[in-house]
Amino acid sequence: MRPDDASDVPAAIVKLDRRTFLKLTGLAGGGLILGVAVGCSREQPDPANARLDASGARIFAPNAYVQISADGIVIYAATPEIGQGVKTSLPMIVAEELDVDWDDVQVVQAAIDADRYERQSAGGSRSIPANWLPLRQAGAVARQMLMAAAALRWEVDVAEVETRHGMVVHPATGRQLSYQELAATAAELPVPDPDDVPLKDPSEFRLLGTRVGGVDNAPLVTGEPLFGIDKQLPDLLYATYVKCPASGGTVRSANVETVRALPGVVDAFVLAGNGNPAELSAGVAIVAQDTWSAFKARRSLQVEWDESKAAKDSWSAAQARAQALAAGEGETVVVDNGDVSEAFAGAHRKISGFYEYAFVSHAQMEPQNATAWWHDDTLDVWAPTQSPQRAQGAVASLLGLDDDQVQMHQMRAGGGFGRRAVNDPVMEAAAIARRLTRPVKLTWMREDDMAHDFYRAGGFHALEGALDTQGHLIGWRNHFISFSHDGRNPVIGGGIRGNIDPGPFVPNYRITQTLLPWQTPCGPWRAPGSNVIAFAHQSFLHELSSAAGRDHVEFLLELLGEPRWLEEGNRNALHTGRAAGVIRRAAEAAGWGRDLPEGHGLGLAFYFSHAGHIAEAAEVSVDDDRRLVVHRVTAAVDVGPIVNLSGAENQVQGSVVDGLSTLLGQQVTFENGRAQQSNFHQYPLLRMPRAPRVDVHFIESDFEPTGLGEPALPPLAPAVGNAVFAATGERMRRLPVSVDGWT
Amino acid sequence: MRLTVNGQTREVTVVHDDTPLLWVLRDHLALVGTKFGCGIAQCGACTVHLDGVPVFSCSVPAAAAEGREVTTIEGLGGPDGRLHPLQQAWIDYDVAQCGYCQTGQIMRAAALLEQNPNPSEDDINQAMAPNLCRCGTYNRIRQAIASVAGGADEA
Repeated sequence: MRPDDASDVPAAIVKLDRRTFLKLTGLAGGGLILGVAVGCSREQPDPANARLDASGARIFAPNAYVQISADGIVIYAATPEIGQGVKTSLPMIVAEELDVDWDDVQVVQAAIDADRYERQSAGGSRSIPANWLPLRQAGAVARQMLMAAAALRWEVDVAEVETRHGMVVHPATGRQLSYQELAATAAELPVPDPDDVPLKDPSEFRLLGTRVGGVDNAPLVTGEPLFGIDKQLPDLLYATYVKCPASGGTVRSANVETVRALPGVVDAFVLAGNGNPAELSAGVAIVAQDTWSAFKARRSLQVEWDESKAAKDSWSAAQARAQALAAGEGETVVVDNGDVSEAFAGAHRKISGFYEYAFVSHAQMEPQNATAWWHDDTLDVWAPTQSPQRAQGAVASLLGLDDDQVQMHQMRAGGGFGRRAVNDPVMEAAAIARRLTRPVKLTWMREDDMAHDFYRAGGFHALEGALDTQGHLIGWRNHFISFSHDGRNPVIGGGIRGNIDPGPFVPNYRITQTLLPWQTPCGPWRAPGSNVIAFAHQSFLHELSSAAGRDHVEFLLELLGEPRWLEEGNRNALHTGRAAGVIRRAAEAAGWGRDLPEGHGLGLAFYFSHAGHIAEAAEVSVDDDRRLVVHRVTAAVDVGPIVNLSGAENQVQGSVVDGLSTLLGQQVTFENGRAQQSNFHQYPLLRMPRAPRVDVHFIESDFEPTGLGEPALPPLAPAVGNAVFAATGERMRRLPVSVDGWT
Repeated sequence: MRLTVNGQTREVTVVHDDTPLLWVLRDHLALVGTKFGCGIAQCGACTVHLDGVPVFSCSVPAAAAEGREVTTIEGLGGPDGRLHPLQQAWIDYDVAQCGYCQTGQIMRAAALLEQNPNPSEDDINQAMAPNLCRCGTYNRIRQAIASVAGGADEA
């Protein structure tokens, strides 16, 4: 841009009256209201809007997501990237409405700033639905202002201009100006109310729905520092933190003097903790010149733990207790529709099945870590977290600092799966750094990770089903046995809703629940609750259709009935037509009903979670040694329109592999409060030779898009279990299936 | 100790003689593309080449690498910054999700293709088995390797 371009702007522009502005921006005539909102970040120009670029021209930054200057077009990615692809997909939404070519966009990770960004967290598959409208509006507002700026420069009506590939054009005269050339002029304009700015019709989308590679792909494949664990700073120290193997244990004594004298060790000290395992558990910090010196010093560390308040949890005891309780009713009634007793009394056929699943760990590939630096009465923290905004306040509170004394810096996370929603490693690093004058990077050993997870809770379902003479499902009972920390509320992922599939489709439906006491922390694990309830309920549905001698697809479609939303007015509810659509598509694509090779079985399951409708079909075979081979998985997915086709397909393929990996051999068992597995040799993740081919089919229904980080996982386990039954007549009722000799 | 890493001689002073190569690369040479995953040679995130052979750098003492050629992901491409064909394929096939394991995967795959330029799908599966991907990108890793090997574009 020429330096004198800014002088082209009439001085009066900043004092535009409402009428003139509406005319300029093309927003008049629709009864629209100009609102330059105060105190609302998204509708207020970003502070950068007042800044100048290198040439002295004003930078155009109409909101916290878009920044255009002579230097280029920047779109800010505000949500933590944990492998779900939001650093690419969310900026794509902005770019679409801004109407720029993706190759011309530079995506920059935004600062963690609760004043500018309403929601900077990753979880619940909420990033796409929560950001869809605000990000479209952020792009559209910027585009509208650039059009107004061009109209002003050309002294034409804004209705005469349009945009094309990052240019505003005036077709009547053939004039055109790039967004960058218009930035300084646009920066002078007031920002319209986003609700007044027209959005593209989805039929005009050029970028959304296409395959776009991840914005960090090049630095990833060349090994550039991106992840939390890669953080480097001058004079960096390296720390490890040793906690009691049973949650809740505290330090009675530790030989920190001895440890301090070890080679490479800079300091060693006890932290008392604050009694909350989600924040700071008691432990011993060892700070060293390098990571290996810290790790190695642990071998010389001797700690006497006070376990008077520590967990004594036992998985084997919980299993025995659940089996003893299973035949009876639960302590509380979750849902009781119709008359279950009468339905069972009059049933033609009754069957039952006891389902069980163990606790599992998140095992995200990047071990937990955080880097913190206390300097100038300020704490800087670099962390691969799913909830940086929450971390900031929690760290400040823990250390008795003001919120503005803590600055969080978002790092790419090597997997999250829900584990990094909890910020315990961040708190530990902060507490350690507060005692030092140099920056420190805390790295957990893999063994720390497996011993101190917020685990996916285990659970038990005593299921009973009733069929009438025509093979219709007329009754369903579930005594769900899970866990509670406080004796009243289920642990995270240990609850169950009354409307869970197939509840809405069974006239007589009763779920009761018993909560067993459990102290070891539990937390969200990819599709919490759904990832295991789907296994129990959708497998048992197949037990029922098989007992009735009916085709499972036909059985499911009949249950769903006429196309309708299950909750009127709730677009995040299950829609039976969308459910039937994915079941049909998966069945068709997998060749449901075809002749299979000898020993093969085909199974299908549907599940609805996180507003996503997904059906998966698995083709399996089992050899005489009970070795299970999953040959192919076919997924049919309806999450509305797809934002990034490449990323969406990757999420589904990955969820299938994750689901299979977890089904086959993953469990963390506990005795005396201690996790019995410590590393990948005892906690097997699926390896490439056993990864099935995964075919993904999207049904891009005309609803608002919803998230895909989680909902493709739950249907996998029942699909495989149903396929194994089809192949062998044996039913998988326990996860991981290795406990019953499957390999 | 004196190491040859990516063609350059590097002098390193470590506290412990048994410091694994992984931590020398990451903490002392700032080559953080080689990742820590498990520390016990189970996940492959730390895969580097020692004289062209893939090894778990978490379980190889750095001292054992003296006098040998260490190649890390930072040195896999050309000295002019040109990408290795596998790095380009990883970009083209948009393999990564979280991406944490992928440098190790690429190093493992590069060693495979050095040894066997035209691997079958089974060859690929077996060669890549030491490396875990928690995100489950195996379908795309297979595609990316096969594309460079000139093999079938099958997952």
